[in-house]
Amino acid sequence: MFKIARKKVLSSTVQLMEISAPLVASSAKSGQFVVLRLNERGERFPLTIASTDKEKGLITIVFQIAGKSTLQLSTLPEGGVILDVLGPLGKYTDLTGVKNAVVVGGGVGIAEIYPEVKELVHEGARVRTIIGARNKDLLFFAEELESAGSELFIATDDGSAGRKGFVTEILKELLDSDKSIDLVLAVGPVVMMKVVSNLTKPYGVKTLVSVNPIMLDATGMCGACRVTVGGKVKFGCVDGPSFDGHQVDFDELMKRLGQFKELEGLSKQKYIDSLKCEKCRE
Amino acid sequence: MPLIRKKTEMKKQEPLARAKNFNEVALGYSEEEALLEASRCLQCKKPFCVEGCPVNINIPAFIKLISEKKYDAAVKKIKETNGLPAVCGRVCPQEEQCELKCIVGKKNEPVGIGRLERFAADRERESGSIEKNAQELSKEKIARVAVVGSGPAGLACAGDLALLGYEVTIYESLHATGGVLRYGIPEFRLPKEILDIEVNYLKQLGVSLELNVLIGKTITVPGLFKLGYKAVFIGTGAGLPSFLGVPGENLTGVYSANEYLSRINLMQAYKFPETDTPVNIGKIVAVVGAGNVAMDAARVSLRLGAEKVYIVYRRGEEEMPARKEEIENAGEEGVIFHLLTAPLEIIGDPATGKVRALKLIKNKLGEPDASGRKRPEPVPGSEYTLEVDTVVSAIGQSPNPLVPQSMPELKTAKHGNIVTDENTGETSVPGVFAGGDISTGAATVIAAMGAGKKAAVSIDKYIKKSL
Ligand SMILES: Cc1cc2nc3c(=O)[nH]c(=O)nc-3n(C[C@H](O)[C@H](O)[C@H](O)COP(=O)(O)OP(=O)(O)OC[C@H]3O[C@@H](n4cnc5c(N)ncnc54)[C@H](O)[C@@H]3O)c2cc1C
Ligand SMILES: Cc1cc2nc3c(=O)[nH]c(=O)nc-3n(C[C@H](O)[C@H](O)[C@H](O)COP(=O)(O)OP(=O)(O)OC[C@H]3O[C@@H](n4cnc5c(N)ncnc54)[C@H](O)[C@@H]3O)c2cc1C
Ligand code: SF4
Ligand code: SF4
Ligand code: FES
Repeated sequence: MFKIARKKVLSSTVQLMEISAPLVASSAKSGQFVVLRLNERGERFPLTIASTDKEKGLITIVFQIAGKSTLQLSTLPEGGVILDVLGPLGKYTDLTGVKNAVVVGGGVGIAEIYPEVKELVHEGARVRTIIGARNKDLLFFAEELESAGSELFIATDDGSAGRKGFVTEILKELLDSDKSIDLVLAVGPVVMMKVVSNLTKPYGVKTLVSVNPIMLDATGMCGACRVTVGGKVKFGCVDGPSFDGHQVDFDELMKRLGQFKELEGLSKQKYIDSLKCEKCRE
Repeated sequence: MPLIRKKTEMKKQEPLARAKNFNEVALGYSEEEALLEASRCLQCKKPFCVEGCPVNINIPAFIKLISEKKYDAAVKKIKETNGLPAVCGRVCPQEEQCELKCIVGKKNEPVGIGRLERFAADRERESGSIEKNAQELSKEKIARVAVVGSGPAGLACAGDLALLGYEVTIYESLHATGGVLRYGIPEFRLPKEILDIEVNYLKQLGVSLELNVLIGKTITVPGLFKLGYKAVFIGTGAGLPSFLGVPGENLTGVYSANEYLSRINLMQAYKFPETDTPVNIGKIVAVVGAGNVAMDAARVSLRLGAEKVYIVYRRGEEEMPARKEEIENAGEEGVIFHLLTAPLEIIGDPATGKVRALKLIKNKLGEPDASGRKRPEPVPGSEYTLEVDTVVSAIGQSPNPLVPQSMPELKTAKHGNIVTDENTGETSVPGVFAGGDISTGAATVIAAMGAGKKAAVSIDKYIKKSL
């Protein structure tokens, strides 16, 4: 049992939780993730470790409500418990030697880039962070990213904060004006990571993305998370989740992510109905 | 007493009924049936059957106790060397082990040793005497030992160490114990309730279980020594699935058997949407391979409503590695076999990325290969296509690489197996022992248990020497 030590609503669809998981906290590094299972009937689902407090034995997760599991997680109160938390999983992202990085976070990816931004700053790199969301209300973590020591750029689809438009437009300007950028790191929706990778390719700038395939055990045992990288089959959970964006087959990744769409929809609907039912009984 | 030529039949659920449910297929012996079967044992002075059992159960002794209706004593006899009799009695390839060596089997059918073992264990469980039979152990412990992995190798090692007076902690990465017994072998062959009871027995012996700990990531093996463990046993199994290596293997609808069976067994996708983990079964399923894993995947598909289920295997009937009993069960339930057939390509719908068909080629058998089995060779011009919507790859697993990767000083062999001394389980690192599928590659439950038990003996020696 893992206790939810703190909970914070970041936007209508995104929440932050601090979970007490001392063993995970003590060995977690940037880019790694955990797998949660909420209860006996729950599925195993992955979330990035957005930060850790090793002394208090806490890990922070930031999640977007997508289907049943994340919706159900969002209903758990501070002080509540999660049945299973396994981690830290995946390879950590090695950022040594980077001098001038642009880090791009889209949607819930804004939280996922936080540990990497901190690490890059710690490594002595110049860090510019571009974050994007549909509108102002879906933005969060801006202060954290700035106080971590990065220069912040914001893009929203509707112009309600920062620049109106996409993160890639800002990225393109940075790439055009600064030839010394040696790393672009992008975390967010697959489409965004694909567009970023396509953009940086002609510039020849190393680009890392964090893939988010469907996972089951997340320990390398099942292959549910396979991703084609440079023509080879890799397991996202143990070989990744960070890969060279110029090598990832994003189209395949998107198709594989849609694999259980109908069933996931059914599961979510059933859960929402059961929540309504509880309300009407009250 | 007149000689009974045939093994006493064990009742099974009717094929058509059982192919629609997850209840156990084989129903076990009644007391009368068990007594009849026990009477077939000649109580050999030099019992060859015992040599055939990887953990050397005193077979004539326990069978004698059954024939004297001393069922509790019979189980105790078995448990002197095998902590999981209800499991082994069900899934051991007896026909290649104890029963292969049984003297009665020279001219007639061998004594149904596995069935009797199952009977004794089931009887103990059903009468509730398992708890009563758990031994009182001394509270003073010799030292602490960590066991990595809760498959049969880890469980056996932990049980024996506890009996020897050690404080044992099992670290398991999944949220449940049992390894393949939980995530691989389906409910209808091994009810999970039985596994739970056998694991509980270990808890009664004082073994602690730490789930959700991935050794190599959450804690490293050197980290375990820092926590005060004097020795570590690695029983992490052969969890790494192999894929077919043909075009189309990442289409949706293509699963490794590990994924397919884990969704269904470990995550109970067969109860979806009551449980949250989904699985798409499809109408027509092709399972590639013909081992126990393949039979399980095929039979599970039927139970989840597939209309047609094929086994595609590159060699012939004789070469199929699964237990004979399970191949027969699969056939009776309606699985269709495409033998001497190899996949060339998985064909998908380009727009959706979903599997549509499987392109196959016929094989003929040529000269024996390195494994001693006849090498399958493709017959030119014999290609054909099967319409399918699900493909399950059940062509083998390799040792789980996580622990070795986190410990470069641990010696491994070509396929990533941890190199161990066969008799002691010692690895290249002092204090670190290993056994089961992680050192042999995919094998059997009882072989893994045997390795765990041997390692327990050497760990005891190793620790006592250093005290
Ligand atoms: C290594 C890794 C790290 C991740 N980190 C985070 C994180 O920090 N915060 C966060 O909010 N999410 C993260 N995700 C995604 C998260 O795991 C999924 O959103 C979650 O599993 C969805 O579960 P669900 O039951 O709520 O929705 P489901 O019912 O499973 O899915 C609902 C919808 O989301 C889509 N979906 C399913 N799985 C994923 C996935 N893995 N990624 C994207 N979309 C998916 C489906 O196609 C479906 O349309 C991460 C994924 C991976 C693999
Ligand atoms: C579907 C299927 C059917 C089978 N049918 C039969 C049969 O009928 N008869 C038979 O005799 N054999 C059968 N086998 C083979 C048999 O199950 C295996 O040989 C046996 O389980 C091996 O035992 P083990 O303890 O070595 O490993 P496993 O059973 O694989 O257990 C390893 C355990 O270690 C855990 N683990 C792995 N890495 C780590 C880590 N880093 N940290 C912590 N924990 C870790 C795993 O989660 C797992 O629980 C079958 C196998 C499969 C897959
Ligand atoms: S454990 Fe297996 S091999 Fe040994 S006696 Fe029992 S069934 Fe036979
Ligand atoms: S070899 Fe057969 S007959 Fe002889 S003791 Fe063993 S089981 Fe009985
Ligand atoms: S999630 Fe199972 S191997 Fe990656």
